[in-house]
Amino acid sequence: MSVRSRIFSAMQQIAEEQKVTLAPLQDDLPLHETGFDSLAFAILVARLEDDLGIDPFTIAEDAAFPSTVGEFIRAYENVPA
Amino acid sequence: MSLPEIFTLRKYLGPELKGRTISDARHGVSLTDILRHSCLVGRSRELSGRSVLLATSGQLLSALAMIELDGVARRMLLCPPDLDPDRIQALLAEAEIDAIVTDRPLHRCDAGAYLVVGASLPERAAVEWKTEGATEWLMLTSGTSGMPKIVGHTLDGLAGAIIAEGPARHPNATWATFYDIRRYGGLQIFLRAVIGGGSMVLSEPGEAIADHVARLRAGGVTHISGTPSHWRKLLMSGAAANFSPRYVRLSGEIADQAVLDGLARAFPLASIGHAYASTEAGVGFAVDDGREGFPADLIGWNRDGVEMKVVDGSLRIRSHRTARAYIGADAPPLADADGFVDTGDMVELRGERYHFVGRRGGIINIGGLKVHPEEVEAVINRHESVRMSHARSRRSPITGAIVVADVVLADGTDAGRHETIRTEILGRCKDSLAAHKVPAVIRFVEPLDVTAAGKLARADA
Repeated sequence: MSVRSRIFSAMQQIAEEQKVTLAPLQDDLPLHETGFDSLAFAILVARLEDDLGIDPFTIAEDAAFPSTVGEFIRAYENVPA
Repeated sequence: MSLPEIFTLRKYLGPELKGRTISDARHGVSLTDILRHSCLVGRSRELSGRSVLLATSGQLLSALAMIELDGVARRMLLCPPDLDPDRIQALLAEAEIDAIVTDRPLHRCDAGAYLVVGASLPERAAVEWKTEGATEWLMLTSGTSGMPKIVGHTLDGLAGAIIAEGPARHPNATWATFYDIRRYGGLQIFLRAVIGGGSMVLSEPGEAIADHVARLRAGGVTHISGTPSHWRKLLMSGAAANFSPRYVRLSGEIADQAVLDGLARAFPLASIGHAYASTEAGVGFAVDDGREGFPADLIGWNRDGVEMKVVDGSLRIRSHRTARAYIGADAPPLADADGFVDTGDMVELRGERYHFVGRRGGIINIGGLKVHPEEVEAVINRHESVRMSHARSRRSPITGAIVVADVVLADGTDAGRHETIRTEILGRCKDSLAAHKVPAVIRFVEPLDVTAAGKLARADA
């Protein structure tokens, strides 16, 4: 499974758990319009760290936090696992 | 003018009660004629009026030395087995210790500076002790980090709850505890055995739970106490099956409904209750209705002369059972100006009952919202496949921290059910906890660490 599809599948699971409706996921969708709040993103980042072994937002101290779904995915794709 | 009679352990150890014993895994000693024998070897007569460290390797010799020296020594400092040897020297200075009772060579302290008296099984004739005064009983706090504090008690205060119940409340009881009797919770049981005219079976560090239970049964143990972590360990072991105590008590950690119900199922004939006590605050109260938390009407004065209040969410206790003071040159005050001890245990009123939610220092901050790990654990532990859980903080780049939980499942849980159980636990957490308190990640793990004091090891606490 690609990083992208693992991220999407984790987001769908969290959306289900949190009972939020996830907007159709496209690269240019702003994160704040996904339906996720900061707690949902915190859960997502923790689970992805367990799944992929990386937390790109903690590794680099100056990492700018992504603002769109595409940037979020690239943050994971660009870190050598 | 005659002096008022001083309360000492010796008064409860007359020869009239037959068949009383105290035992550990290797030895048994008669309590019936204990006053005719001495466990002290060497210059024991010089211990009178001294400040004595009891540093024996096992609990049995400490128990015998406590009996012998109460009312004789000025002070007794009880040394728990897990004390960091590097800290002993500083503690001895703080407590002004000038004599040591031990059964092993002294390494980390300058033995020449102290009167050293040996301890062994009581095979010698007793010294004719004269009661000098009320001995100060010094105990160490069991915090997981930093220098332990020395807490000063009197026997009168330590035994306050036992005397209030009536010392003969449990005649012919044989007591046991998973605790070490050199800690507050264990000492309460030792005092109950001595003052109540009973017998006692001591715990043994490192002993397999099945062997321990076999000893409890062989010793005819009827009354037993431990922390919820001790009890969960026993319930998980399967060793409880042939053991049927009449009296089961929990203290030292939050007794949640799951462990109370688990014990009620395992010991259908026993009276099961939980007590609130701490080394500093003494015994606060006991709850015998089988439910977690405590009735709100215990706040204020209760019938035993214990006064409790809740300030800023934490339980405060004032009574003659609280410790007298922290001991040492720069020791902080133990109580506030009005004599209330702040327990640091946070409580929350739900309906007619207060519930413990955790320690003040153990709070996890999730983007500004607070959670006590214990309230999450209480929900997880209610799942029938769960034996134990540990909710903890994990750093998060988004919210600063999130809650994650390590869960130990019951023996024999089918690995194929893990995902179902995970979903069920999450569902229950969502039903009863605010969103930020629901664990972001649940891991299934092997049995969790329990500290020497019998409490769940909380690395982040």
